[in-house]
Amino acid sequence: MTTLHRKLFRDLIHMRGQAFAIVLVIACGVASFVTMRAMYRSLLRSQADYYAQYRFPDIFAAVKRAPEGVAKRIREIPGVAEVKPRVVMDVMLDVPGLAEPAVGRLISIRPGERGGLNDLFLRRGRFMHQAAGSEVIASEAFAKANGLVPGNQIDAVINGRWQRLTIVGIALSPEYIYEIRGSGSLFPDNKRFGVLWISADALTAALNMKGAFNSIVVSLQPHASEAAVIAQMDRILERYGSLGAYGRSDQISHRFISDEIAQNRISATVIPAIFLAVAALLVHLSFSRLVNMQRSEIAVIKAFGYSNWQVGAHYVQFSVLIGMAGCLLGCVVGWYFGIRLAAIYAEFYRFPILVYRPELRIFLWAVLITGSAALAGAIAPVMRAVALPPAEAMRPEAPPRFRSRIIDRLRPGWISPGLRMTLRNLERQPWRALASAFAICCSVMIVVVVFGMFDALDRMMEIQFRDAQREDIVVTLNEVHSARTRLELARLPGVIRSEPFRIVPVRLSYEHRSKKTTLLGLLRGSEMRPMIDRNGKSNAIPRSGIMISATLADALHVRPGEKLRVEVLEGSRTVREVLVAATVDDLLGANAYMDLHALNRMMQEDHSISGALLQVDAAKQQELYQLLKRLPAVAAVSIKDAEVNSFKDTIDRSMGLSLGTLMIFACIIAMGMIYNGARIALSERGRELATLRVLGFTRNEITALLLGEQAIITIAALPFGFIAGYAICAVMVERMQTELYRMPLVVYPSSYAWAVLIVLIAAAVSGLLVSRRIAKLDIVSVLKARE
Amino acid sequence: MASTIHAAARPEVVFQVRSVSKTYQSGDILVVALRSVELELSAGEFVVFLGPSGSGKSTLLNILGGLDTPTSGDVRFRDHWLSQADDAGLTRFRREHVGFVFQFYNLIPSLTALENVTLVTEIAEHPMDPQEALRLVGLTERQNHFPSQLSGGEQQRVAIARAIAKNPDILLCDEPTGALDFPTAKLVLDVLAHINEELHTLVAVITHNTAIAAMADRVIRLRSGEIVEITHNERKARTEELVW
Repeated sequence: MTTLHRKLFRDLIHMRGQAFAIVLVIACGVASFVTMRAMYRSLLRSQADYYAQYRFPDIFAAVKRAPEGVAKRIREIPGVAEVKPRVVMDVMLDVPGLAEPAVGRLISIRPGERGGLNDLFLRRGRFMHQAAGSEVIASEAFAKANGLVPGNQIDAVINGRWQRLTIVGIALSPEYIYEIRGSGSLFPDNKRFGVLWISADALTAALNMKGAFNSIVVSLQPHASEAAVIAQMDRILERYGSLGAYGRSDQISHRFISDEIAQNRISATVIPAIFLAVAALLVHLSFSRLVNMQRSEIAVIKAFGYSNWQVGAHYVQFSVLIGMAGCLLGCVVGWYFGIRLAAIYAEFYRFPILVYRPELRIFLWAVLITGSAALAGAIAPVMRAVALPPAEAMRPEAPPRFRSRIIDRLRPGWISPGLRMTLRNLERQPWRALASAFAICCSVMIVVVVFGMFDALDRMMEIQFRDAQREDIVVTLNEVHSARTRLELARLPGVIRSEPFRIVPVRLSYEHRSKKTTLLGLLRGSEMRPMIDRNGKSNAIPRSGIMISATLADALHVRPGEKLRVEVLEGSRTVREVLVAATVDDLLGANAYMDLHALNRMMQEDHSISGALLQVDAAKQQELYQLLKRLPAVAAVSIKDAEVNSFKDTIDRSMGLSLGTLMIFACIIAMGMIYNGARIALSERGRELATLRVLGFTRNEITALLLGEQAIITIAALPFGFIAGYAICAVMVERMQTELYRMPLVVYPSSYAWAVLIVLIAAAVSGLLVSRRIAKLDIVSVLKARE
Repeated sequence: MASTIHAAARPEVVFQVRSVSKTYQSGDILVVALRSVELELSAGEFVVFLGPSGSGKSTLLNILGGLDTPTSGDVRFRDHWLSQADDAGLTRFRREHVGFVFQFYNLIPSLTALENVTLVTEIAEHPMDPQEALRLVGLTERQNHFPSQLSGGEQQRVAIARAIAKNPDILLCDEPTGALDFPTAKLVLDVLAHINEELHTLVAVITHNTAIAAMADRVIRLRSGEIVEITHNERKARTEELVW
């Protein structure tokens, strides 16, 4: 070790407080990078492995009923590797311990068959026996949510008949990683919706589907064209009541998972970038000060014959050392967080295995990025040290020059000399003040964005579930019924109000673009569905014509006043040209609405309904649930409160850890900046402050003088943090807008208040740490020593 | 006439220093800075402490100014027992009674001359008008200049104005002319003598410049932490007469 190295380590120990603050900020950036980037890669890999190993299909199609021979024809389509016809049916379940009725999706499998498409990963128990028609395997999420284990029994209404099913196994399927019923619901409600795999023989017998199927999944040969196969399949399946085949990108579980994984990638770039930018600033400020303080040392070293290169290398090593310390800490913390997060993600995504094994290259990237940030911060001060001629460096740094500027135009007496000192110091080094303000701004922004996203979700829930969906229960009937059924539903115990609805699967086309969706027929002036848009305003359903979601209109490039081709995907498969009467900027889904009677007329049916929206008396809820579980005509019951709660649960679980972490990160940025700023100011103005102590100023008075600068910067940065936070929220709301949901842009005042609180606490803690230094200020030495 | 008044009103003793010793740890070595110092200082006196480096004169000044406390012995300023005071007590003492002048002026670079003075008058109990203080040191014209725009002598005069603006009982000057050239130094000393006469402030100057001793009422010589000699000047020299 050379003497210069020894100097380096002693200097490092001397400025350990500041160095530690920088190390922490870098560590945050690296930790978030390692965690998120590695998690992103792990998720992608786990997803790909899972799909490959358990044979996730490429194309999916549902039909009303098709003979098994049709599957053979599909098998012969060029490009198709394998087909799996099956029977899928949603049924009402009575789950022990659950008051409300649940919906079970029965999917037929051949008990002996292993390794086919959508293969099951058996977590517990066993596969069903060939002969036992009442044995089922339950999806893990559903079983866990309801505390079901192999051996438990649940009752189901299959084709109007009660049947008792025995759970023999618990399994995972790549098709239901994200287990939700369909595009109508947004969040998994694992308590009230679950998949049950049942022997094909038993299910086809119960549904009178022997020798037929109503769902088919297909895998493709490598390089086969998905679009071409879909087109051929549609041609074959159309006459069997197909709703249209679709690829993975429209498969709901796949889509949700892929969106979520993609979001990790965005945050894995943005968040570390903020931290490393702040770290570079901190390195810059600290090193500028260090080089100024070590002018004479630099001069001596150069005078003894060390080259400029050696002096430059010395300070570069200094910054790289700090950077690498932060990088190391960040890698360790990132690794640890990754393992914690992987456990949560594995649970949330229901991958059979989610291995968090960061690749070496992620760490190499971390080292590279950190090194660059540290160098970027250090480069200017290091260049200054290198350029310093020894003779000049021997002389002390020229005293700071102050000139009368802006604040002197204010009337004297308005502001005290103390405040004047603070303001002039800020004015003299505006770039430094701006750099500090930028960091504070970033940390305020992080808090505002984190809370703002919660606010947006909260507002979305409020608009959707309080204002837009005013019913308590949606009852869906298993087939189209006459309007008389509505009256029967209205007479059920506890029902205060009921409104009928008709739902029809359709394909909407405009020019060459088309979209599959459901067309919902509602009463005009419906009180339970007042068609609330993103801004909370209600929109009337037009008397004639169709009203569609703004996202759907955008996707189809259609405007009100133009005509859409509506192709009904059930029954007689009517095709009609319908006028787009209005669009509604709603929050969930890509929907189409019509007046119920207009829809009935279009379908050429007489007052038919698919179900009803009910408002119920809370006191009689249990009684109603018991009854609904036993009504053969009822296909599904969805309960709004339960859905909302399950969503909140999901959010809390999946976002809690990462948001908590981001909060701590925001604190560290604020603290790192304020502490370092105050330490640099203390080092520059130590003599001035000691003089004031000699002149009779108390410790508190000079602490106030020193921290005043940081306080002004912090307070001035707050509003910019608010604006930046709001702007980022706006960008995120825009970017996260999908066909599945749109979030309203809203940041509640409480979120700004949180940002202020968190930053002020960080500021107070830093202030406290620095004020301990002020207590140690050697006031006698200033009488003699010249800086 | 003057001597009768002098005799009638014997000046009040404001400082009493009784067997004050000061030792401190410097690295591994125990340094004895003062050994059993006995001293009294009176109101309105002009005292010069002379001594080489390490003689203990700065330590003594620090103790008198409430910047430091003795290891043993008593220091009393009127009814303040400085030797027993805590940090807050010493701060209050400095705030209310002491004016300091430093070798390197120690002005606040971000404040103008006038503001440097105002800074102190704002926390003082009975301050003079800051402009009056600047007038006393002859700097009315330069009051809106920043320290970096003033010469060394001007800066030191601002420092003196800042020290006297609170109407202190004692003005402690540590090598006030150490960083100045001869003509400028004389100008500064002139101001000190003027303050002493006009305001009857007790002025204590430490220096190793023996020429300055001639302008004092009393000259106190220190060596190795002890007072070795105290001399009374029969006649105080005027600053014009000083030569070095």
